[in-house]
Amino acid sequence: MTRIQNKIFIYFLPLLLCVTGCREDELVVPTEYDIIPEIPSSDTAIRGFYLVNEGNMGSNKCSLDYFDYFTGLYSRNIYAERNPNVIKELGDVGNDIGIYGSKLYVVVNCSHKVEVLDSRSGVRIGQVDIPNCRYIRFHRGKAYVSSYVGPVLIDVNAPKGAVYEVDTLSLAVTAKVTVGYQPEEMEIVDDYMYVANSGGYRAPQYDNTVSVIQMIDLKQVQQIPVDINLHRVKKDKYDKLWINSRGDYRSRPSCLYVLSKKAGQTRLSVESKIDIPCSNMAIKGDSLYYYATEWNEYTSENAVSYGIIDIRSQEVVSENFITDGTEKEITIPYGIAIHPETGDIFVTDAKNYVSSGTLYCFDRHGKKKWSVRTGDIPAHMCFLPR
Amino acid sequence: MALQAAMLLPMCLFADVPVESADTVLHLNEVMVTARRPSDDIIPAQTLSGAELRRLNSNSVADALRYFSGVQVKDYGGVGGIKTVNIRSMGTNHTGVVYDGVELGNAQNGQIDLGQFSLDNMEEISLYNGQKSRILQPAKDFGSAGTIYMRTRAPRFEDDETYHARATVRFGSFDLINPSALVELKLSDRVNAQLSAEWVNSSGKYKFRYRRVNPAGELAYDTTAVRQNGDINATRLELNLNGTLTRGSWHFKAYNYNSERGVPGAIVNNVWRRGERIWDTNSFVQGRYTGHFGRWTMLNNVKYAFYRTHYVNNDDKQVKIDNLYKQKEIYVSTAHEFGIAEWWEASASYDFMWNSLDADMYGFAKPDRISNFLSVATSMDLGRLRMQGSLLATFIHDTLDGQQAPEDQKVLTPAFFATFNPLRNRDFSMRFFYKKSFRMPTFNDLYYADMGNSKLTPERVTQYNFGVVYDHSSRGLISAVKVTADIYYNKVKDKIVAYPKGQQFRWTMLNLGLVDIKGIDVSGMLTVNPLPELYVTGRLQYTFQRAIDVTNPADNYYRDQIPYIPRHSGSAVINAQWRGWGLNYSWIYVGERYNQQENIRYNYTQPWYTSDVSISKDFRLGRVALRGLLEVNNLLSQDYDVILNYPMPKRNYRVTLTVEI
Repeated sequence: MTRIQNKIFIYFLPLLLCVTGCREDELVVPTEYDIIPEIPSSDTAIRGFYLVNEGNMGSNKCSLDYFDYFTGLYSRNIYAERNPNVIKELGDVGNDIGIYGSKLYVVVNCSHKVEVLDSRSGVRIGQVDIPNCRYIRFHRGKAYVSSYVGPVLIDVNAPKGAVYEVDTLSLAVTAKVTVGYQPEEMEIVDDYMYVANSGGYRAPQYDNTVSVIQMIDLKQVQQIPVDINLHRVKKDKYDKLWINSRGDYRSRPSCLYVLSKKAGQTRLSVESKIDIPCSNMAIKGDSLYYYATEWNEYTSENAVSYGIIDIRSQEVVSENFITDGTEKEITIPYGIAIHPETGDIFVTDAKNYVSSGTLYCFDRHGKKKWSVRTGDIPAHMCFLPR
Repeated sequence: MALQAAMLLPMCLFADVPVESADTVLHLNEVMVTARRPSDDIIPAQTLSGAELRRLNSNSVADALRYFSGVQVKDYGGVGGIKTVNIRSMGTNHTGVVYDGVELGNAQNGQIDLGQFSLDNMEEISLYNGQKSRILQPAKDFGSAGTIYMRTRAPRFEDDETYHARATVRFGSFDLINPSALVELKLSDRVNAQLSAEWVNSSGKYKFRYRRVNPAGELAYDTTAVRQNGDINATRLELNLNGTLTRGSWHFKAYNYNSERGVPGAIVNNVWRRGERIWDTNSFVQGRYTGHFGRWTMLNNVKYAFYRTHYVNNDDKQVKIDNLYKQKEIYVSTAHEFGIAEWWEASASYDFMWNSLDADMYGFAKPDRISNFLSVATSMDLGRLRMQGSLLATFIHDTLDGQQAPEDQKVLTPAFFATFNPLRNRDFSMRFFYKKSFRMPTFNDLYYADMGNSKLTPERVTQYNFGVVYDHSSRGLISAVKVTADIYYNKVKDKIVAYPKGQQFRWTMLNLGLVDIKGIDVSGMLTVNPLPELYVTGRLQYTFQRAIDVTNPADNYYRDQIPYIPRHSGSAVINAQWRGWGLNYSWIYVGERYNQQENIRYNYTQPWYTSDVSISKDFRLGRVALRGLLEVNNLLSQDYDVILNYPMPKRNYRVTLTVEI
């Protein structure tokens, strides 16, 4: 009997042994490649594009993807391989991306920094520490970064936001200007910067203004009341600004505004309100492509719409810019971009926020050309000149 | 691999001990001996108790639970880090935690932080899969998919004794200071009292390390930093009164836990310190009365609990948060058992519970919940075959402040348990159970500002389990051996998952998920007595789990293993006792996991395994018993994360001194 018991016991030992999983050295996050069937025209001025995946908060999974039109390779998660020595990689929650000169700027919101890379190699040049940074724009050798937190004022519970000015050569913060509450996107028209203030931290007392900053001395000279919870600001070729309001997600719906310069004035003012929900948009020529996701409490589903607005007439000319039914595959559209030459439309799908997303490429007629797996929450794109 | 071999070596050694006729005293496991009536557990629990529990290197109840099979502990690291437990991959909210006979509740998020429960006055921790298969219990105890029972030490006095007193002090890494005291008084022949007090203070500072190499093996980065904002300062006060009556007994408990903690937060690029803090005050009083009147036994419980949580985010880079949550609970339970025949018993129980949650947040619904539980159960002992069936009806009604409340929920859940002894003795037995259970959406799931969804329905679980047990004790070299093996299949339906809503990290909760869980739990325990006065005990436990998401074939994580559930996990403990000396070695293994739903390399999390060693010595100075204990945890200083970006401590030490009279 004892021998049998011994045997029973010994039989357990291999069980643990076949649990072969042992720890290995933790490797640098590897890049993955996909081949995309895309042939660039020979005279193109566009080399490729970068896509920043936000990554869920706390996951440190902000990642950078790159597509090269000449090699036809989509490279997923290139940052760590190009910069293996950076501790904890690109960071937590990417929020914007932009190229200025030879440098690529990635705004990493929850890592409180703007990462500066060489735009061709993706190799790190440096970083600019900006707390709770959101969006980036460039003007005359300077980068401007909106930030949710400005200087701590008297009201410590609701500090106003700020726009930081960064010298693109020295990568030093050279100035900052206080704006409204929780500023988001901005755009520069003539010598004024227009900043959309959201007030998202103060819900339900959202901010409802666009801050106007005079670029010569970086002073806020005006706050234009528009609507609550403003987010995107896009400039068209007539120097008008298209700004969307996200509403309060309850009774007040999202909608779109146009700001333009009235005759005899130096600054923009609200020209019109377009009563359509809008989450994000991109402009090419006279067409503004937009999508909107609105949660419907009744059906417990997201109501998603895609459309085109003619920016001259300011009317919706198409109820759906995707024409082949692919929109049914998209769970949550999260980013949009238009190829400046071919007019190809890029839409990203963030799915459930915690799994790989998808990047869709449609031709200018709205037919799907290809799609590719991305990182978590694909969101912001910029094109790399040749 | 080298590590595993090293760990297995001592096991092999004692398995190969030459068989010699060692006629010595039968070694008694220091398990509380409870009267074993036929109606007792049809399916026995996994239990750690008495000295065995004290020998394990455990900071808290959560640490001790790592030695049970089928259990995954989520640990955010350090002394103050939140620790929750998940039984057989069904989710933390399906786990009931019962403290001295009454279930602990958290209507706000359904999770009990087991890091808050000290082992200082704990006598026994048991884990029941399915339910405790006794029929005299509160109706609520029939409700969870699996339950952890924690029992504090009950005073026992010899004839000439009138008091016991014990003082313990613990020092260790992370600047830990942890004194505690326990006093037991015999107030009369029938009444005794126990007072227990404890203070824990720790800076929570520990070194952790992140290291990466490139595929060529060259170092990419290697950084060591100190965990910040993981400090804790907590006190626990507990009073227990026990009384015996001619036809029964009673128990009264008052409990208060107070803590201030830093929330260390995730370590991400450029962020090594955060500013979140939590203050908790958890207080409750509970009473129990048990009476025996011939064939009729009754068990009555009452409880009142008040939990206050104050959460502050002081990080000046983030949104400022300062929220105060207050939870109240009233619980009344009455359970009755009737012996119909010598071999047949039946019971009925009724529980009433009221919960409320108040928070000073904008648009908060301030929910109140009234729950009624009604159960009937029966058990039969047909000699070799013993069976138990139960049926639980749950009725839940919520009331909201200024909003329309969701529809009432009515759920009926059955369970069936059986055990069969094919051999004449009871050494070998086969067991089976089937159980349906559910968990209510928590107040956060339903009503949390903007995110909650009041249309949620309960999340349902069905469990099937088949197992065999061999349990034998005798005199001789091998004084006790116990081997168990179970296979199980669980299905989680209408799983409550966070679903994105529009832009910018906005979420809502939906009954979306469907999870399929197949698993095997194996455990073995062996005590050998190779020399007089030397007892060596080994415990081995292994769990295999395939828990896959089968919600929607269109998802890119369809049929992937769900997050943080390893396929393989296990533990091994070896303990030697000789003349007051004790040596304990324990090894815990958690296999590779994925930190998100998709099983891709970007979500891969490495296995971890830690070795803990302790040495203790008991001695007496007249009437005074003294005990010293030195523990070394994570002996090989492995750098690991249980949860992504929450690094765990490297090697750490603790010294414990106990004086008892």
